[in-house]
Amino acid sequence: MPAPLIEARALVKTYRMGEEVVHALDGVSFAIARGDFAAIVGPSGSGKSTLMNLVGGLDTPSAGALTIDGADMASLDDAALAQFRNRTIGFVFQSFNLLPRLTALENVELPMIYAGLAPKLRRARAADLLARVGLGERLTHRPTQLSGGQQQRVAIARALSCEPPLLLADEPTGALDTHTGQEILKLFATLNQDGVTVVLVTHDLDVAAATRRVIEMRDGRIVADRALERAA
Amino acid sequence: MIRAGDLVASAMRALRANPLRSALTALGVIIGVASVIAMVAVGRGAQASVENSINSLGSNLLIIVPGAMRQGGGVRSAAGGWDSLTLSDAEAIAREVENIAAVAPAQNAQAQLVAGGMNWNTRVTGVTPAYMIARDWEVAQGRFFEDRDVSQARRVIVLGATVAEQLFPNADPIGQSVRVNSGAYEVIGVLESKGQSGFGQDQDDIALAPLTTVKRRIAGRRSGGESVSQIAVKAASEEALPDVEESVTTLLRQRHRTASGEDDFTVQNLSSIAEAGQQATQTFTILLAAISGVSLLVGGIGIMNIMLVSVTERTREIGLRKALGARQSDILQQFGLEAVALSVAGGAIGFVLGVLGAWAITTGFGLPLTLSPDTAALAIAFSAMVGIVFGAYPAWRAAKLDPIEALRRE
Repeated sequence: MPAPLIEARALVKTYRMGEEVVHALDGVSFAIARGDFAAIVGPSGSGKSTLMNLVGGLDTPSAGALTIDGADMASLDDAALAQFRNRTIGFVFQSFNLLPRLTALENVELPMIYAGLAPKLRRARAADLLARVGLGERLTHRPTQLSGGQQQRVAIARALSCEPPLLLADEPTGALDTHTGQEILKLFATLNQDGVTVVLVTHDLDVAAATRRVIEMRDGRIVADRALERAA
Repeated sequence: MIRAGDLVASAMRALRANPLRSALTALGVIIGVASVIAMVAVGRGAQASVENSINSLGSNLLIIVPGAMRQGGGVRSAAGGWDSLTLSDAEAIAREVENIAAVAPAQNAQAQLVAGGMNWNTRVTGVTPAYMIARDWEVAQGRFFEDRDVSQARRVIVLGATVAEQLFPNADPIGQSVRVNSGAYEVIGVLESKGQSGFGQDQDDIALAPLTTVKRRIAGRRSGGESVSQIAVKAASEEALPDVEESVTTLLRQRHRTASGEDDFTVQNLSSIAEAGQQATQTFTILLAAISGVSLLVGGIGIMNIMLVSVTERTREIGLRKALGARQSDILQQFGLEAVALSVAGGAIGFVLGVLGAWAITTGFGLPLTLSPDTAALAIAFSAMVGIVFGAYPAWRAAKLDPIEALRRE
């Protein structure tokens, strides 16, 4: 059996809120295999956002071990974390987070700029990716000229631009209507079939139902972890 | 690693997003650099002007005048009287002091010069041909008088440029006759123009005549006998000047039998006067530059202010860039470059305006415009430094932002 893409053992994250010490993650262990399509669900305050920040390399664990794509997350410095976010993770946010001054093409190019790719190569790859998410005709549109669903597609193309093994999506349908949300989830499923590991963080059980595995969290712990039969 | 070209493009894009704000921010640096350039140029112009006019008195020159120049009060007291300096002093200096290029005794007189319908009151100085060597002076037209003219006390006169202009506005003065104190003198030459002296005198407002002629016919009874108004001594070289000054002083003390501190004469060293003048203008230049430097400082603070605002406004963008793979150093460079681009653009525009301003001011005051090529490099380097210094803190703040917090910000 190959090594899992994400492996967490007894993961702890504590914050200090004034006098109080908050255990956002209180000993979390799990593994996500390459090619999986999983949802991390739970109410707000359950620790799912903290877990996403750790997996995304935006934060470092207080205790426990977290290995992603062979990298020990506790040992990475700022530059190594930046490179990890650039190469290993594709972020998709609830509010899209596109830069309004840039065109769709330029937004998709952004991670490749930090990867140091040549402009010609970047542009060609960004155009390919936008075509792949169904926006081949909207390359030079700015975010304000695109609908919410289209903006999220641009964001997904951006997340894919450095060919990361893991897509990490935080409430990706939260700002979209149900129909558009379903289309975005379908896009994730398609990408997953193409070999990208996808992890969604959501509080919406309907969204979670679109995946193949649901990890349920409450008060900083995993309370349920089940595979869904009907997804594929 | 982010490519340099992408870094620059990104900074330019950010600055172009707010053109008015960028322009106003750069304006602080524009004004600062422009005033530094203009003020330094004006100061240097003044310096060059003082230098020129002091040099125009003659180089390596000692001027010996009768009477003592007391230290401190600066009051001249006529110890030993105004006629303590004599022709034989001049002869003795020429005979006994080494490394001398010229010894030129002179007798000053004030006289009314009349030619045709024109008249002009000026200083008539009686000199010998050595005077021209001592003062590094040449005739522009005609000739200067010779030793023979002096020994025969001939009635010839050489006019300064201003006097020639006043008496013969539209005519060639050479060969014309000029009346001085009811005597007729033949104009044999016109001096080349020297302009103003460092002390604001018009050096061309003068007429030169043979020393003997002036003493006998123009200066009047008071100047009778051996006495002269001054002796100019030109040293053979700059290095020899201090030795010559000492030898001349010692010799005159022997001849006048005065003790040190009770001299009845004063030896003025023009190079030390020139030095003092240069020092004064240099101080003046530094003062002007320092005042302008304050406006540059204010411009820098303006950049810092706007960059801090920009970092706050773009917190979310910074968080996103970090999430997409920007390292702290990438963010630091991006915001640092924006600040430097603002200040360097301001510096370049300020340089052009400063040169124009310097040109306008120096032209207005009749100063020479001295702009060295390194001024441009200095302006650019200085404004880049302002950008780096005042852009560093905002850029550092941006680089240190926590991406999670930054992404959460609305």
